[in-house]
Amino acid sequence: MSATTLLAIVLILALAGYLWGRANAGAIKQTGKAMHSVPAYHGYFVALACGLPAFLLVLVWLAAQSTVIDAIIVADLPSYITDGVEASRMSLILSEIKSIAAGRIFGTPDQALLDAAERYSALQDIASLAMVVSTLAIAIAGMVYARSRLSLEFRARNRVDGILRWLLIVCSILAIMTTLGIILSLVIESFAFFSRVPVFDFLFGMTWSPQTPIRADQVAAAGAFGAVPVFWGTIFISAIAMFVALPTGLFSAIYLVEYSNKRIRSVVKPLLEILAGIPTIVYGFFAILTVAPFIREFGTSLGLDVASNSALAAGGVMGIMLIPFISSFADDAISAVPQSLRDGAYALGATRAETIRQVLLPAALPGIVGGVLLAVSRAIGETMIVVMAAGLTATLTANPLEGVTTVTVQIVTLLIGDTEFDSPKTLAAFGLGLVLFISTLALNIVALQVVKRYRERYE
Amino acid sequence: MNKTAEEAGTLAKAAASVQAGHESKIAATNVSVFYGEKQALFDVSIDIPARQVMAFIGPSGCGKSTFLRCINRMNDTIDICRVTGTIEIDGADIYDPKIDPVLLRARVGMVFQKPNPFPKSIYDNIAYGPRIHGVAKNGSAMDEIVETSLSRAGLWKEVKDRLNEPGTGLSGGQQQRLCIARAIAVNPDVILMDEPCSALDPIATAKVEELIDELRQHYTIVIVTHSMQQAARVSQKAAFFHLGNLIEVDETEKVFTNPTDKRTQDYITGRFG
Amino acid sequence: MSDTTSQSGKAKVRAWYEPDAKLSRRHSADKRLRAYGIAAIIFALSMLATLVGTIAITAAPAVTQTMVTLEVEVPEGAVDPSDPRGGSYQRILNDSIMRIFPEVDTPREKRELRKLFSNGGQYALRDKVVDDPSLIGRTFDVTFPLADIGDQLHKGVIDRNLPPDYRRVSDMQIGWYDRLVEQGRISAPLNWGMIFNADSRFPELAGLWGALVGSFYALLICFFVSFPVGISAAVYLEEFAPKNRLTDLIEVNINNLAAVPSIVFGLLGLAVFLNFFGMPRSAPIVGGLVLSLMTLPTIIIATRAALKAVPPSIREAAIGVGASRMQTVGHHVLPLAMPGIMTGTIIGLAQALGETAPLLLIGMNAFITAAPDSMFNPSTALPTQIYIWADSPERGFTSRTSAAIIVLLGFLVCMNAIAIYMRKRFERRW
Repeated sequence: MSATTLLAIVLILALAGYLWGRANAGAIKQTGKAMHSVPAYHGYFVALACGLPAFLLVLVWLAAQSTVIDAIIVADLPSYITDGVEASRMSLILSEIKSIAAGRIFGTPDQALLDAAERYSALQDIASLAMVVSTLAIAIAGMVYARSRLSLEFRARNRVDGILRWLLIVCSILAIMTTLGIILSLVIESFAFFSRVPVFDFLFGMTWSPQTPIRADQVAAAGAFGAVPVFWGTIFISAIAMFVALPTGLFSAIYLVEYSNKRIRSVVKPLLEILAGIPTIVYGFFAILTVAPFIREFGTSLGLDVASNSALAAGGVMGIMLIPFISSFADDAISAVPQSLRDGAYALGATRAETIRQVLLPAALPGIVGGVLLAVSRAIGETMIVVMAAGLTATLTANPLEGVTTVTVQIVTLLIGDTEFDSPKTLAAFGLGLVLFISTLALNIVALQVVKRYRERYE
Repeated sequence: MNKTAEEAGTLAKAAASVQAGHESKIAATNVSVFYGEKQALFDVSIDIPARQVMAFIGPSGCGKSTFLRCINRMNDTIDICRVTGTIEIDGADIYDPKIDPVLLRARVGMVFQKPNPFPKSIYDNIAYGPRIHGVAKNGSAMDEIVETSLSRAGLWKEVKDRLNEPGTGLSGGQQQRLCIARAIAVNPDVILMDEPCSALDPIATAKVEELIDELRQHYTIVIVTHSMQQAARVSQKAAFFHLGNLIEVDETEKVFTNPTDKRTQDYITGRFG
Repeated sequence: MSDTTSQSGKAKVRAWYEPDAKLSRRHSADKRLRAYGIAAIIFALSMLATLVGTIAITAAPAVTQTMVTLEVEVPEGAVDPSDPRGGSYQRILNDSIMRIFPEVDTPREKRELRKLFSNGGQYALRDKVVDDPSLIGRTFDVTFPLADIGDQLHKGVIDRNLPPDYRRVSDMQIGWYDRLVEQGRISAPLNWGMIFNADSRFPELAGLWGALVGSFYALLICFFVSFPVGISAAVYLEEFAPKNRLTDLIEVNINNLAAVPSIVFGLLGLAVFLNFFGMPRSAPIVGGLVLSLMTLPTIIIATRAALKAVPPSIREAAIGVGASRMQTVGHHVLPLAMPGIMTGTIIGLAQALGETAPLLLIGMNAFITAAPDSMFNPSTALPTQIYIWADSPERGFTSRTSAAIIVLLGFLVCMNAIAIYMRKRFERRW
């Protein structure tokens, strides 16, 4: 029986529990005495007691089952297979066992593996049967227990409210769990990485070439994982992007708030926001389809040597993506400056440009800065545009016509395809991910604080 | 530019003649204001004398602020607003297309209901106007303007030691006097005040009123006020507006003691408003 | 008017309303700023137009698929009627092709000729025979795609006037193609295969079906996880939570989570779901879970905004008649906030639909030639399929990539249109 069917049965049981509880409460009501809670709440109580534990059990079971079974299988393998085998080889053995169990046998596997495969199938069957049985048992036990609690003065409403409240709390904690999960997974894997490549070499090394095959004992070979060129590429491309996005976004916001009439604003603003809704993969394709060839041809016509994956193309397209980001933050910030300041400046005989430059922009600066910081954090974390349009080789160059690589590009190229969790190549991606996470988090926290302060100032 | 000068020559002559004595500084003829379809002001004609305080009184929504904002063309900043009729300052029609509102506003300063200092230092608040109009560069000339303006606004003693602190850090009354000083700094002829004391406490109000009385030596002042006591205290002439019409203009004393129109009387005696 | 005297020593007195050079400089600075603004907007909008325009133009050739119709004879004995799947259809089809071009005899020429026809022809033929085994021993028409080069020849993407070395088809192939056209065998119907085929190495056979199903499953999971959890979290934070350190932390945390780069969620999915929980690689279930973690902050923020917009008087009224706080929220506040919540959810799902990077990390860019049967099977998703095609060297994939982007943008436009409609339709001002 699949998990989906099982969950459906649990749902039906819960529904039955609801009806049962309600009917029972209805019967109590017949006695004519005042009940604490209306019958429906008795029903909800039974349904929750029946469905909730069973549902959680299924989730936990599904999450744990494969890990547990794998562990059992590995433990039972004869020592001549498991001895001295590292984790990556082990996972290959496991997947071979699984494919044998699924009936896909290639060549003549070891008898031990065939046995293991058989045991694997058996364990799978036992596990799923056990899951069904225990889930149904818990559901029914919960139902019966809850039913026995029902009585005239039973505070069903308070109990149900209490349970729901706990559910709500658990859901809000999930958001924290996500962050925690991100931090833990990044830190743990990075830790494994830094045990092979010293942190200092990673952060300050000048050579990045994880793709060169490295023998296991040569892992920490000097310079192979020096991330400075990668960081530089990220900063460089982000800077180009901001160079495009900042003036364009800021000037369009100024025009839309201070110069244009309502009609133009109501047309242009949503159009700009479309730019923000386009998936980044589309921008990436746009970069390689249109922008990069254009820049290349244009550069060649000027006698310049332009790489097909130039930083300019990737950064420029990323800049286009960030325009609506900057413009909407600047728009909000400038609009939030009180009208009285505009009046004050105009009444002194300031022109519009003078009012904007000397009164509105300084007053709106914190809001704009917050938006710019968020945009920078976007640019640093942006992946698809650079994966498609930027380079793979880490070069330390300040020439926008050459190709550079970024943190996100390296993460994707290191992790795409089959990944083994113990090669420094894979782990390096987590090291980069940790740096990426910390830097964007810092930018976000500062930016959100700045924006929040600014809002408080004018509200 | 020369051509403009020639054309304006006659106007300038007329203006010069008005300078002497308490002649008319501002002359409005048949001014009407429309917000989109809605008419807010009906054919207002009024002469405002130089170097006196003229108070506009009337119930809220009567058009007195609207008219005030016509005098320095602040209504231009509202898209749907349309003004007809003529307003002449020293004989020059300020709605003439040749007139640049920027120059007009340097000539006709304005102080608003709520103090609105810029989020800059006290010094920079005052220096802003002279700087944009190129009256003075930074340096001793600017320092002098700042000091004179603050002194005239009666604020110099209070702030001279903290000119670099933000203007927004002052108390409400000080902020309002800062705004008056800011208006004075560009050396206007006329100062418009739109209920300048409505956001202030009584003590601050008294100070501002005193200031207004002093300023009338140098400036023509038009003040919109809700408070009839204030109008009586600070103004020499008063104009009563009702439902977008100008009902009555006269010496303040006469308007308050012996109004011609019944509506003025009703308003003054507190029957409406 | 003596205070604005001109700088020259002449006695000329300038009236206050006379503009001077300084003023015109100030006004031209104003005009400049306005011009910058207009230029910025024109730049942004022209980039939008270029983006949509170039993609639409490149996508145009993929709207139709060039097909060829051949009479095929399936001789008795070539296919076993009891097991029609096992026939050697490739050979049967080749024979039919050779019948049209009897003059082709050298193996090299035969190979050249074969390249004009899609490898998918044999499957078209096989499916026809499997559907109706009575066709065995008869001659009938089979319609199937031309190969990529034929397709492009037909659409004029390949310029036949170029010298042979500069184009991907030989003169001989052009001749054969022209013969097919003369015989009326070539047609170009709407390219439904683009939607309903699964992926393939051959552009003329590749379609989006697998990706669409994969994206559908992933979004389904994303919705069923992030919607209830997101609403619950928002309801707790907005309606129940006491103001304390913990709730402050949750609040800051959610705002920051919304700005974490998507690729970091991919790393999370890889380390936790694949590595720690051992979930299947490339499966929509994992993709959906990762996307739901990303969508969660969006939904929480939107829901809180919608809950905030419900005036307190409604809550007071419900509590006043004896409802518990939970009842108040469930019966009154949530239903009133629902349009806002749904709008936020749809926008969040639209973002999730276009998200690529985290799906790459959990392997949803695998090459899979069949749509997934369940959410546990390996699959691609719409954006990762675009990524795969964009990476493929064959010319035919360029237009397919653009067409796939148009499909993706179409979905996004629809979702956003629904969200805007709901906002307009149910918007309530209190």
